[in-house]
Amino acid sequence: MTSKAIWRRTSIIGGILAVAIVIMVIVVNTTGLGSPLWLRVLFGVSALNFTLRAAVPLVLGALSGILCERTGIINIGIEGMMLAGAFAAFVAKVATNDWPLPASLLIGVVAALLVGGLMGLLHALLSIRFRVNQIISGTVIIILATGFSAYLFDRDAMAVGRFSAIRIPILADIPVVGNILFDNPPITYMALLLVVFVHVALFYTRWGLRTRACGEHPRAADTVGIPVNRYRYVNTCIGGALAGLGGGFLVLEAVGQFQEGMTAGRGFISLAAMIFGNWNPFGALGASILFGYTQALQNELLLAGVTTIPRQFVSMLPYVVTIIAVSGFVGRVRPPAAEGQVYETEGTVR
Amino acid sequence: MTASFVQRMARVMLIPVLAVVTALVIGAIIMLIFGDDPIQAYRGLFGGAFEWGRPISTTIRKMTPLILTGLSVALAFKAGLFNIGASGQFLMGTIASVAVGTNFAGLPAFIHLPFAILAGIAGGMIWGAIPGILKVTTGAHEVIVTIMLNYIAANFVGWTVYAGGSQGQTPGPLWDPTAGAVSETADVLASAQIPWLIGPPYRIHYGVILALVVALLVWWLIYKTVLGFEIRTVGLNMKAARYAGMRVSQRIILAMTLAGGLAGLAGTIETLGLNHKFAPEFSGAVGFEGITVALLGQTHPLGVVLSAFLLGALDAGATRMQFDSGVAADIIQIIQAMVLIFVAAPIIIRSLFRLRKPANDVESTTTLSTGWTG
Repeated sequence: MTSKAIWRRTSIIGGILAVAIVIMVIVVNTTGLGSPLWLRVLFGVSALNFTLRAAVPLVLGALSGILCERTGIINIGIEGMMLAGAFAAFVAKVATNDWPLPASLLIGVVAALLVGGLMGLLHALLSIRFRVNQIISGTVIIILATGFSAYLFDRDAMAVGRFSAIRIPILADIPVVGNILFDNPPITYMALLLVVFVHVALFYTRWGLRTRACGEHPRAADTVGIPVNRYRYVNTCIGGALAGLGGGFLVLEAVGQFQEGMTAGRGFISLAAMIFGNWNPFGALGASILFGYTQALQNELLLAGVTTIPRQFVSMLPYVVTIIAVSGFVGRVRPPAAEGQVYETEGTVR
Repeated sequence: MTASFVQRMARVMLIPVLAVVTALVIGAIIMLIFGDDPIQAYRGLFGGAFEWGRPISTTIRKMTPLILTGLSVALAFKAGLFNIGASGQFLMGTIASVAVGTNFAGLPAFIHLPFAILAGIAGGMIWGAIPGILKVTTGAHEVIVTIMLNYIAANFVGWTVYAGGSQGQTPGPLWDPTAGAVSETADVLASAQIPWLIGPPYRIHYGVILALVVALLVWWLIYKTVLGFEIRTVGLNMKAARYAGMRVSQRIILAMTLAGGLAGLAGTIETLGLNHKFAPEFSGAVGFEGITVALLGQTHPLGVVLSAFLLGALDAGATRMQFDSGVAADIIQIIQAMVLIFVAAPIIIRSLFRLRKPANDVESTTTLSTGWTG
């Protein structure tokens, strides 16, 4: 790969931008450079704290998409899986309000994972067993989750308590970075660890190689004896569970309650982050931080009283950037080759 | 001749009808599980949708934009394209028609109204053309691009009517200063409003006639013109179309542009005929519903009209259902999702009702656009 080719990879661009933001934050907050207002607005600690909080559900959703799409199942239903997970976490939390808080929250997390996984299973069943177009199936997941969570939502129910920050000793004392990275509630840590975990699993294990084979060339995978559809089922379920966890984060860690339609398009930004990150976990993390940063920026601009940039234009950025990325104007992303295609073993009678 | 037509109709409508029936049954089962009374709920639902007078007029009112967004999705399907962007195109059409409708005071209605309608169509067309052009020139998948454009559109229209913030942010260009802190446009001038066909309290406007005429036009375009034949060929087999010398790229762009125009028109008549203004809470949700309408209608314009009527009825009856029986109106969405599953997976319905697979099942919806690269 030539040096020019490196710049044609949006995931790397995203990663570099994310790193650049972090470096700027450290510089601005530790040196005297932070006196001009705009620098503090753009790179203050609070902006980065907000960024991380906004990025967690995005990165979980993006990982969900990566797992599904790397095995060849398109997942535009992330939004629905996330919403289902959020609702499940809320219901479980409310049902166990009398329990000790950690146990009750844990049940919430388990419920989010489980129901998200079930939505993944439904998506897999529809797209593999019943050969439904995977985009339609994703749409079904979204409508179903919206409908069910609204139909079953008891507006008087209140969840009591949510996850609080766990300070990691020593590491949290590192100036600036320590505060931002090592003083967080558990699902945030989990999300960051999952990025590393999925990356290693996808690129350094046999499971990962097989998963990618199913997404790139199912016929070849089948020829060497990999059960393509079993891999697709399993990965879509795990993917659904991760998106569900993203929803669980919203209820159990960020907000503490459930609101109708509370994912508010985060699933679709996740989809954008997955694409912009070129279907790579670290690329998706970079993109999620970048997109989370645009959300933080809206907030910071508002707090600083900056009125010249309409906030709607700032919140458009993730979507514009994604269109640019899929169009290949800056860098080119490449999806798994066999995505969206139903795979049937040769000789199967339809 | 007539017998064969009836037979054909029966065969085409079999799966959609069974899909709706099955979805309603499953809806009833879900209500039973969660302690609601399905019989009372459905009595309220159908009463609120089909009784003569206010109910049926509400159904017709709800049906009108659904016909057009359904046609939008269906037309794109014919070209093998998946238009998830109908809600963004709907919003862009809305805002373009409002921009014309609230300005140009003094124009006579016979100029102002067509001008506003055309502006709305153009707004939708531009939003539809972008994914078409990007697909052809760069290979960007239309599903990703249209999803992103939906959110760009939502933010954009949100900005145009933005009232400004408490800290003195600049208000949007279409915001009505007399609305105070409320983000909304001024009322569309009387000369740009679509007149009532049947006035209040029934509130049915001429837009419904327009939608039906457009459905007829789309049918004629798809099945009776060379252009329509080419669009369908591109959708069924792009390679064959190219081999036959058709300009595939142009047809793809054209199909997406027209699809965008149809969704834009949906937003336009909803605004000029009914709401008479735009506020951010008028979402493009009917654009999303267009997917269900198109698939339930088997992507045929006549089918689209029928399924728009049915889904419009569900929307219309939901309020009365909730009022009469206390069942949350959101059950309608679950039923819609079920309908979508069953029309998209006819296998389920066939095995459920022990039906045989038809011999010539060419235009099966499952052959639609495949991967992101496809």
